[in-house]
Amino acid sequence: MTEQEIQDQLKTVIEPYVQNQEAFENLTKETQLMEDLEVNSAHLVDIILDLEEAFDVEIDDEAAEKMLTVGAALNIVQELLNAKD
Amino acid sequence: MKTKEEILALLPYGPGFTFVDELNYLDEQRVEGHYHFKPESYFYAHHFKDKPVTPGVILTECMAQIGLVSLGLFLLLKERPEEPETKPLKIAFTEAQVQFKKPVLPGETVSVTAEKIYWRMGKLKVKTEMRIDSNKVVCSGTLSGMIFK
Repeated sequence: MTEQEIQDQLKTVIEPYVQNQEAFENLTKETQLMEDLEVNSAHLVDIILDLEEAFDVEIDDEAAEKMLTVGAALNIVQELLNAKD
Repeated sequence: MKTKEEILALLPYGPGFTFVDELNYLDEQRVEGHYHFKPESYFYAHHFKDKPVTPGVILTECMAQIGLVSLGLFLLLKERPEEPETKPLKIAFTEAQVQFKKPVLPGETVSVTAEKIYWRMGKLKVKTEMRIDSNKVVCSGTLSGMIFK
């Protein structure tokens, strides 16, 4: 999977939980899931579960807690995908 | 591991807002409990003015106290048995999707069952159902909440 493909997939996963559409349209790697996209902490757990399913990976709780920005989420998914190969 | 009686005693509600009389079953996957709606409860005089019916929000609360909070507390304390009992609980009801099928009248007893969908990082999501006389489904749905110590 290319970085672009991972990013597209990630966007598909988080979209249903986004409260701030404008921030979502202007998404960058620095975008904060909670502060900018206004995802609540309960939905952050759903995003973790949906990412696990979408990418067929297991995200441990320690990694999940670091998933505060789009870039951090991309890095974590990328690392887990690399570890699978 | 806490027993269902211990979990019931740990529920953080005052007498005017407790909607669980007893837990009949409790394990890591499933919980069952029941509650008798007392005709003298204050809301019957207001909902509705001429025709008392248990408010849907109260039915949802009853399902949440049994299905989310009792099961969530059990799972939390099983995972972290070292937490002192005096440490305050943090509980938040985060999502509800409920369908109501029949009214619950003053004096009726309801039983609630809930099955865990997932428990992860302090979030519990359950599928739940409320019945009267153990056969008629009055409402059902999915509820989520977060619970921490």
